[in-house]
Amino acid sequence: MATDIAVDCKNLTKVYDTGGDKVVALGGIDLQIRLGELMMLVGPSGCGKTTLISVIAGILNQDAGTCEIFGQNLLTMQHREKLKFRAANIGFVFQAYNLLPSLTAAENVSIPLILNGIKRKEAEKRGAEILEKVGLGSRTRSLPSQLSGGQQQRVAIARALVHNPKLIVCDEPTSALDHETGHHVMQLLKEVALHKDRALVIVTHDARIFGFADRIAKMDDGRIDSVVDAK
Amino acid sequence: MNHIALKMLMGDRGKYLGIIMGLTFASLIMTQQPAIFVGILSRTSSFILDVGYPDIWVMDEKVQFVDDVKPLQDTELYRVRGVAGVQWAMPLYKGMLKARLSNGTFQTCNVIGLDDATLIGGPPMMLTGKLEDLRRSDGVIVDIDGATGKLAKPALEKDGKPIPLKIGDTLELNDKRAIVVGIAKTTKTFQSQPVIYTTYSRAVGFAPRERKLLTFVIVKAKAGENLHALTKRIKETTGLAAYTQEEFIELTVTYFLKNTGIPINFGISVLLGFLVGAAIAGQTFYNFTLENLRQFAVLKAMGASNGTLLRMILLQAVLVGSVGYGMGVGLTALFGYSMRNTILAFKFPWQLLVFSGVGVTLICMFAALLSIIKVIRLEPAIVFKG
Repeated sequence: MATDIAVDCKNLTKVYDTGGDKVVALGGIDLQIRLGELMMLVGPSGCGKTTLISVIAGILNQDAGTCEIFGQNLLTMQHREKLKFRAANIGFVFQAYNLLPSLTAAENVSIPLILNGIKRKEAEKRGAEILEKVGLGSRTRSLPSQLSGGQQQRVAIARALVHNPKLIVCDEPTSALDHETGHHVMQLLKEVALHKDRALVIVTHDARIFGFADRIAKMDDGRIDSVVDAK
Repeated sequence: MNHIALKMLMGDRGKYLGIIMGLTFASLIMTQQPAIFVGILSRTSSFILDVGYPDIWVMDEKVQFVDDVKPLQDTELYRVRGVAGVQWAMPLYKGMLKARLSNGTFQTCNVIGLDDATLIGGPPMMLTGKLEDLRRSDGVIVDIDGATGKLAKPALEKDGKPIPLKIGDTLELNDKRAIVVGIAKTTKTFQSQPVIYTTYSRAVGFAPRERKLLTFVIVKAKAGENLHALTKRIKETTGLAAYTQEEFIELTVTYFLKNTGIPINFGISVLLGFLVGAAIAGQTFYNFTLENLRQFAVLKAMGASNGTLLRMILLQAVLVGSVGYGMGVGLTALFGYSMRNTILAFKFPWQLLVFSGVGVTLICMFAALLSIIKVIRLEPAIVFKG
């Protein structure tokens, strides 16, 4: 059903010009990601995973092809409209957590709400609530430097979830964590982040977490080699 | 997002203090050096303000500034008194004479001779004694800085403090006896010489014999008289130069600005302070933005507009600018206050606050502009790069 499709990419192409050399990062990608699905993009370094996730997240424009997110073509949107769409509908989890070091956990988590026009106090209150959900209720006032890597990634997950986005994009969420912590983080993502009205896209080459995926898209040389059902 | 901007700024205490220190230094130099400059310039005309009463100063037409003495004949006083619109005109002597101190050394003093009858033009504030005491035989009034400093008597013990002049002490002015009858507070002069007030007739008696000894004629205009019209009339009638108080101050200050190295010396100090402050503050603020680029990119990826990021950077710039400016100005005020009893010339008018405020604003705008350009050009996709 068309309404089940969260992300619909057709013939996506992106070429980087690196000082005269053309590097094809995406060479005609066709991919659909469904609501309620955890899709993993895997492949060797330089295969175009990061470029694809950047286009899907609406922070990079493709050269050709279309990418519709919940039926919206971000390429044709006005800049301000696109910002609003991204602020409301997309959550980010990064490899290096990318928490603001001078903000407390609750303040970090409150940023997407503030960007969506929620008052700071209310945003921080809701931030503290979601931190409770990810098991960091007692660390709301801690700075990132006072948290372990796993705890920082949980804060990042809380930040990605707090504004209830429909799409969450994660870039190597476990690569900076040990096996056990990475496993916990993936369990948390699956339990807290995934539900029928939301899709998760995870870029990874950490084979230890492939088992959490619903489907896995294998990429190589800017193309999708195969999409396999992981279940 | 203001709260986030401020926490980003203050989160790195070292960098935050570095920016503040740079701006404080710039603000300090942009106020302290000009305050000394203004202080020195104001001293050039302090005598004119201390005399106070007259509306118009009449002098030889070749006089270039207040200490440029070109005496007039005594008869000029009567010619000025005869000009229509003059309520009164009094003689004023001003000259540099050598005083012989009790230890045998000599000190050049600024001797002011006041009209014997009215004593108009006397010191602005008497500390001990009365102005009328000048009518006593050989009476002189000495300014407090001179009495406690250059004219003070030597200490009785070796390495002891000099003994300030007091009422009843004597001086020798050009081999003539002068008795201290009062101590006055005067505004320090450019040359910082002791100031000695006496009557006009006694002052010309102290002075070496010359054909002409009248330095100025000071004039009060009749009520409602247009001062510019009166100065013009005095010039036409007597052939002398006549200036209102403001014109005479302007003449004096202009002379020092045009004929001394003071403006260029201080101008260079201020310019260097501005450039060094701009370099330190601008560089540190720009580096701060560069180091936070990833954080700005994260905010951009999450949907923060360029306008939001621009406001955040401007807020950061305004905050560091305000704190740095306040601290710099505060340090300058503290410096001036701590030096209030020294020989240092220091004057801190409101115009200097505006001047340094504009300077610090320019530095902050420059630093913020560089940062803003960097952030606006920033690609949010860098957040996915490890």
